Amino acid sequence: MEHSNKYIFIYSLVMVVLVAVALTIVAVQLKPAQDDNIRIEKMQNILSSVNVPVAEIPKKQVIDVYHKYVKTAFAVNNNGEVVESDPEKVFKIEMANELKKDPAQQQLPVFVAVLDNGDSAIVVPLRGKGLWGAIWGYISFKTDYNTVYGCMFDHKSETPGLGAEINQSWFQKPFLGKTIFDESGNMVSIGIMKKGQIKKEAHDVDAISGGTITSKGVQKMIKDNLGSYQAYFKKHFRS
Amino acid sequence: MNEEKVKKEKDPWFSAKNLSLLKRPLNLENPVTVQVLGICSSLAVTVQMKPAIVMALSVTIVTAFSNLIIALIRDSIPSRIRIIVQLVVVAALVIIVDQILKAYVYDVSKKLSVFVGLIITNCILMGRLEAFAMANKPWPSFIDGIGNGLGYGLILVTVAFFRELLGSGKFYGMKVIPEAFYKAGYVDNGLMILPPMALMTIGIIIWIQRWKKPELQEKN
Repeated sequence: MEHSNKYIFIYSLVMVVLVAVALTIVAVQLKPAQDDNIRIEKMQNILSSVNVPVAEIPKKQVIDVYHKYVKTAFAVNNNGEVVESDPEKVFKIEMANELKKDPAQQQLPVFVAVLDNGDSAIVVPLRGKGLWGAIWGYISFKTDYNTVYGCMFDHKSETPGLGAEINQSWFQKPFLGKTIFDESGNMVSIGIMKKGQIKKEAHDVDAISGGTITSKGVQKMIKDNLGSYQAYFKKHFRS
Repeated sequence: MNEEKVKKEKDPWFSAKNLSLLKRPLNLENPVTVQVLGICSSLAVTVQMKPAIVMALSVTIVTAFSNLIIALIRDSIPSRIRIIVQLVVVAALVIIVDQILKAYVYDVSKKLSVFVGLIITNCILMGRLEAFAMANKPWPSFIDGIGNGLGYGLILVTVAFFRELLGSGKFYGMKVIPEAFYKAGYVDNGLMILPPMALMTIGIIIWIQRWKKPELQEKN
């Protein structure tokens, strides 16, 4: 059937407007649920970095559990001074955006979790590059601001079975108990070394065979991100 | 009662013809193994069963409803812009499905990542719209969409079953290969997790299907 140009023009106009309206309605309706999912995922990540078994917590309870553990959160600048102390605002800070800013302008989030045994753990977010895409995570420290208490890493698109293993517990477990400052108080961060390369038992962990670039990416991510926090950590560090 | 009679006279909802629209794509006209369409996502989302099932359902919903919508408006679509109209309908449905997945099954939607968006480019969809929905009534088109979605899903889930079982020793996320096997030296096959083995698995399925159904074999 042949149609006139006018018909075609009006037809496409009406169609596009109808579709646009439908999509807008759907997007607006579902936005709150989607935002909740992103919040909950972030909470799960933070909890996981202080060794809370998040996989066993039903999704609906994550928010409650999070508030049970994480009582305070604040943001520091690169001189280690607290610049923001509203936990809600701190929670919304995206590390990826902060790292792009001028170091003096950065707001670096710090989450303080109170553990079951009454001790505190200091959680900082991590953000870096793997082989194929973004990698991120959270790392928590004991109150000496030196010993790793727990960590979690995840990735966007690392190679399955190789680099993608950074989100597995066998890779993350060895970080526990490692220290980021050496004897003379310099921040050395954590080295991720190939088998046989480990020189400093206190600061190094095993890399993933076949996942060298991802492993190095994790190493660089920890070093760079902790580098931003250096002033804050040095202020509080007790050897 | 009267209503039922009227419908039966027209063409019963589940007539033999309509049912064959549902069944043929599962086997003899399977979009993946016979027509070799939609291979890209079959390689990508079949590492585990759960994302594969969600993907299969998403594709089924999108094919069924885009078929239905296109069949409903088929007489009003100007033939010169019909592909654009089809694409707009498909794209809108895919975005809706993607948004729903993000809102209600967030972890699965992360695993499927871009592949839900890429349903738009799935050849099965355009194929069915052009070949069937443009020339048929809404109800048969809807059934045809469901049939083709399920035919695609059947292969997806079968491939995912073998890849998850052999690649990670799991069935739908649960460990099924006993710990004793691993102690005795059994190792999960890491290759199964990578896309090439998905292609091999599909190849094996095609081989078995052709062996069972000689009518699919070329004569020469």
